[in-house]
Amino acid sequence: MTAPLIELRHIGKSFAAVRALQDVSLTIGRGEIHCLAGENGSGKSTLIKVISGVWQPDQGEILIDGQKISGLDPRAAIAHGVQVIYQDFSLFGNLTVAENLALSTELQAKRKLVSWGRVRRIAEEAKRKLGVELDLDALVETLPTAGKQLVAIARALMSDPRLLIMDEPTTALTGREVEALFRVVRDIQSRGIAVLFVSHKMREMLDISETLTVIRSGTVVAAGPISQFDEGSITRAMTGQEIAAEGYRWDGPAGATPLLDVSGLTIPGQLEDISLRVMPGEIVGISGLLGSGRTELALALFGMQPRYDGQIRIDGKDARLDSVQRAIAHGIAYVPEDRLTEGLFLTQTIDRNMLATSLGRLSRGGVVHGGRAAQEAAGMIQDMAIATPTGDRPVTQLSGGNQQRVVIGRWLLNDPRLLILNGPTVGVDVGSKAGIHRKIRELARERGLGVLMISDDLPELVDNCNRIVVLHRGRVVSDTPTAATSEAMLSEQLGALA
Amino acid sequence: MTAITQRLRRIDTNLLQLLLLTVLIFAGMAAMNPERFLRPYVFESITFIAPELGLLAIAMMVAMLTGGIDLSVIGIANLSCILAGMFFHAVGAPRGPDLVNLPLPMVAAGIGIALATGLIAGAVNGLLITRLRVTPILATIGTGQVFTGICLVLTGGPAVVGFPKLWGQIGNGTAFGIAVPLIVFLVVSALVWFLLTRTAFGINLALIGTNAKAATFAGLRTGRTVFFSYVLTGGLASIAGILLSGRTNAAKSDYGVSYLLQAVLISVLAGTNPAGGRGSVVGIGLALVALMLLSSGLQMMRFSNFLVDLIWGGFLLLSIALAAWRNRVR
Amino acid sequence: MSGLAVALRRHPELMVAAVLVLSVITIGLINPVFWQPSNIFSLLRASVITGILALAVLMVMLSGGIDVSFPAFAIAAMYLTVKAMIAWGFDGVLLPFAMATGIGVLLGLVNAVFVHYLRMIPLIVTLGTGTAVRGFILGVVGTSQINIDQMPPLLIGFARSELFSVTQADGSQAGLSAMVLVYAVIAVLVHLMLRHTMMGRSIYALGGGTEAARRVGFNVRRTTFFIYGLAGALAGFAGLLHGAMIWTANPRDMVGLELDVIAAVVLGGASIFGGRGSVIGTVLGVLTLVVITNSLIILGVDTTWQRVVVGLIVIAATAATAWRDRKRIA
Repeated sequence: MTAPLIELRHIGKSFAAVRALQDVSLTIGRGEIHCLAGENGSGKSTLIKVISGVWQPDQGEILIDGQKISGLDPRAAIAHGVQVIYQDFSLFGNLTVAENLALSTELQAKRKLVSWGRVRRIAEEAKRKLGVELDLDALVETLPTAGKQLVAIARALMSDPRLLIMDEPTTALTGREVEALFRVVRDIQSRGIAVLFVSHKMREMLDISETLTVIRSGTVVAAGPISQFDEGSITRAMTGQEIAAEGYRWDGPAGATPLLDVSGLTIPGQLEDISLRVMPGEIVGISGLLGSGRTELALALFGMQPRYDGQIRIDGKDARLDSVQRAIAHGIAYVPEDRLTEGLFLTQTIDRNMLATSLGRLSRGGVVHGGRAAQEAAGMIQDMAIATPTGDRPVTQLSGGNQQRVVIGRWLLNDPRLLILNGPTVGVDVGSKAGIHRKIRELARERGLGVLMISDDLPELVDNCNRIVVLHRGRVVSDTPTAATSEAMLSEQLGALA
Repeated sequence: MTAITQRLRRIDTNLLQLLLLTVLIFAGMAAMNPERFLRPYVFESITFIAPELGLLAIAMMVAMLTGGIDLSVIGIANLSCILAGMFFHAVGAPRGPDLVNLPLPMVAAGIGIALATGLIAGAVNGLLITRLRVTPILATIGTGQVFTGICLVLTGGPAVVGFPKLWGQIGNGTAFGIAVPLIVFLVVSALVWFLLTRTAFGINLALIGTNAKAATFAGLRTGRTVFFSYVLTGGLASIAGILLSGRTNAAKSDYGVSYLLQAVLISVLAGTNPAGGRGSVVGIGLALVALMLLSSGLQMMRFSNFLVDLIWGGFLLLSIALAAWRNRVR
Repeated sequence: MSGLAVALRRHPELMVAAVLVLSVITIGLINPVFWQPSNIFSLLRASVITGILALAVLMVMLSGGIDVSFPAFAIAAMYLTVKAMIAWGFDGVLLPFAMATGIGVLLGLVNAVFVHYLRMIPLIVTLGTGTAVRGFILGVVGTSQINIDQMPPLLIGFARSELFSVTQADGSQAGLSAMVLVYAVIAVLVHLMLRHTMMGRSIYALGGGTEAARRVGFNVRRTTFFIYGLAGALAGFAGLLHGAMIWTANPRDMVGLELDVIAAVVLGGASIFGGRGSVIGTVLGVLTLVVITNSLIILGVDTTWQRVVVGLIVIAATAATAWRDRKRIA
């Protein structure tokens, strides 16, 4: 029997006090499509970086073709045929497609001079290998995401890889583009190249992979041929949580004035005739594939898309949401998708992060009332159960879950009417996740807060929403009470749309 | 007791380091050259010279707080006092040599002109940076040239000399036995300190500098806030200009050119993060004192001004190295 | 998208070329003296030093930084070399230029160390090294100007050589300085390096994204050291050439020149965010700037306006690039 392509044995890796990986073992066979699943923050990226030689493990060993490799660095990894396609593709936007395709080949050949004829030939060859159409003279920054991805794949194939690692390759793709990508991946496999597909999306894993490894909190929690898994078991492995069947019920008066009443909301190219109602105390889930318009809808309601057509009523009164400030004044709060780049002020204190939107309210003549500010921040820290002794610690010292509580707490200080959560528990550990869900349900039930919850995580929607709206290509395709649907039905619906 | 230790612990380690540095420089200078360095005259002259530089450093810090920089501060300072000087010459021309005795309202109007110049110049920077989205470095290099160029066009090169006596008082006078420039500096920096730490505007500036995108998502008016920060920077620069021309009784297009680097240096040494989000007025004060002690100490020891420049440049590089080392340790 | 927009996107040089042609035609129409060989030749001669320095700035800007230390480096290389030649009684051309270039390389590597290892913003680093180096030259080496009577004759002779000369309409002779050829050769070499060597492409890659460059397998450290080393080399070379061309070695020379040079590079279409810019664009940018600023006199505009004009050019060019880049992203 030949040795597997790559084998990790008992890998451990720590950063400062944080254990990113612990006793992780993983085997990838030749020409195998292997799926590495795990939620954000589970240690997936660290593992990729260990395999590609970016980081050296603290414990354990790496074997390639049965040979133990010590001190694997990026160059050595590439020489052994490991190629990584990062989520950001690592392309050079300021250079042409042809040059992007040829650069790494030229580098590996240790060339000192560039012959543009050769660059052209290499690029043509790369294009032929992948069998797709690409404008070689276009600047990469002018390409759409799917085009950039093809360039990244074509570039990786040029170095005759034996293992292609793809980090969340479908994140920014539409359903059709995902299908096209899968065709490319299968084609790559047919040439004997192994693919490590890193993802947290159920459907894709089941569709494309042969073997699955699930990691959670830096350890392998499940592994085996894909036939041994179904969506439920993968979810349980990833979240470490039985799906609670309690659900959220809303039985407010149907005739009451809706908190939010959107009709005919249209933004050309993004949203098409969206109509949507949220009653006080309702938690409405928004589902849909990427590019379905769900983030665009959230941004429009938050005043970040000033040029929209259609009508938005809040508490029965017309509202023109043409700036973030106006949306906030109408009681709309938005917890963005990417906590680190859009939500937090990382080097600032917890207090300042918490008070960011309340400073205007807490000041008179521009001067912030220090005592009241401190009091409110401290109150919210307690309210949201944020694990910190005081609010003057930097927010970076908190875990992902606690950081998310800070961002949610920031809005609660503003006494919002409608809370829009985009991926409320992305990158949040299991325990904290349940706590955040509990808090959201409590706010809706007790304070009559309306909630719009956008999520990729279907169990999250099914468990916490009383109604789920599915968007596709900027339109509402269904609006169903949760009681009348299930995770499986939703998943099927989304699959059919893809 | 515990309250005090807690309070002490909360003080930025950076400030403690600065304090230590200041004490070390003082002690070093005093030990090397006690009879010349430990004279009241030395400290008195610092209280007249340091304020203008301190104000420019605060201006620089305010710009850096949002991740920008203002390389036009010197141009703004000079333009402000040249315009004021030309105003005095225009209204004082009939008086002939009696120009020095221009009455208070006229001098106040001159101050108003200088301040307005600074605010408008700052607004030009702010518009370029927030509306046209020009990078602060290039925008302020460009406007700095334009402001200095206007100075040249207005004066034709030579200095505007002869300011009213009252104007001179701002740069040279004393009140209650304290140098007027120092009083101006203390008052202005206290105001800026209050603005940055106790008002929504100031805290918003730090938040925007930390993460502009998150600031937008938190509902802050980022464009408007950044715009006003450059207006403030311009205003501070014009006050520095007033002090400078008051002290020298002259205004010229190329005065204070070496102040640009020194202002950046003090700002960086004071712990301001040029990438945005961190900066403190107290830090600027300490860094200013440390460097003024250093340079006047060196001058006592007959070091030429150029050597002092060399040491200042070296200090800037050293403080970069220190900051890098601190980050690595953390 | 229109054909013009595509052409501009792929060849940003067209923009500056159009500006140049337009200004040349306008100036020539207003005052035909512009077209006299002596004027054309002197414009070309005037663009040599700015042009070589602009290539140095281009390198740094391509990688996403900005350099303000090069005038100090140029002066240091020039002054030290000339001083050494006088002290050792040596006269010649090749060896002195090698020495000046070598001094530039060493100083440039200091910048590289700070930028690469200490991860500091290049503007602040080069502000510090520039001031320190100038302080060193003036404070330690000397402040006196070396005039023509002391300058090494061979060096001056070299800089005086002409490619050819023509007889003008009024019978006077107008010669084209051979230094224009030196500049052209350097520009072609830098162009070839940027366009046809892996090192050149790695500079563009670095400007496109440091992390991406590292992942693809570029040696980021080597590229950074190369960039700043070469920028220093060009500065050192240009410094000595400048001294030779004006027959004096003045340690206080070139103050403020960085602004003109940066203006020219930005005008040539380079982006301060890195990855965009070319030698052709930079050469055209330098020519445009030199033509406009040097034609003020024959246009009947007072030379005091020069700075205002340069400043406005910087602002217009950066606003245009900011607009272009925003369109690109949109």
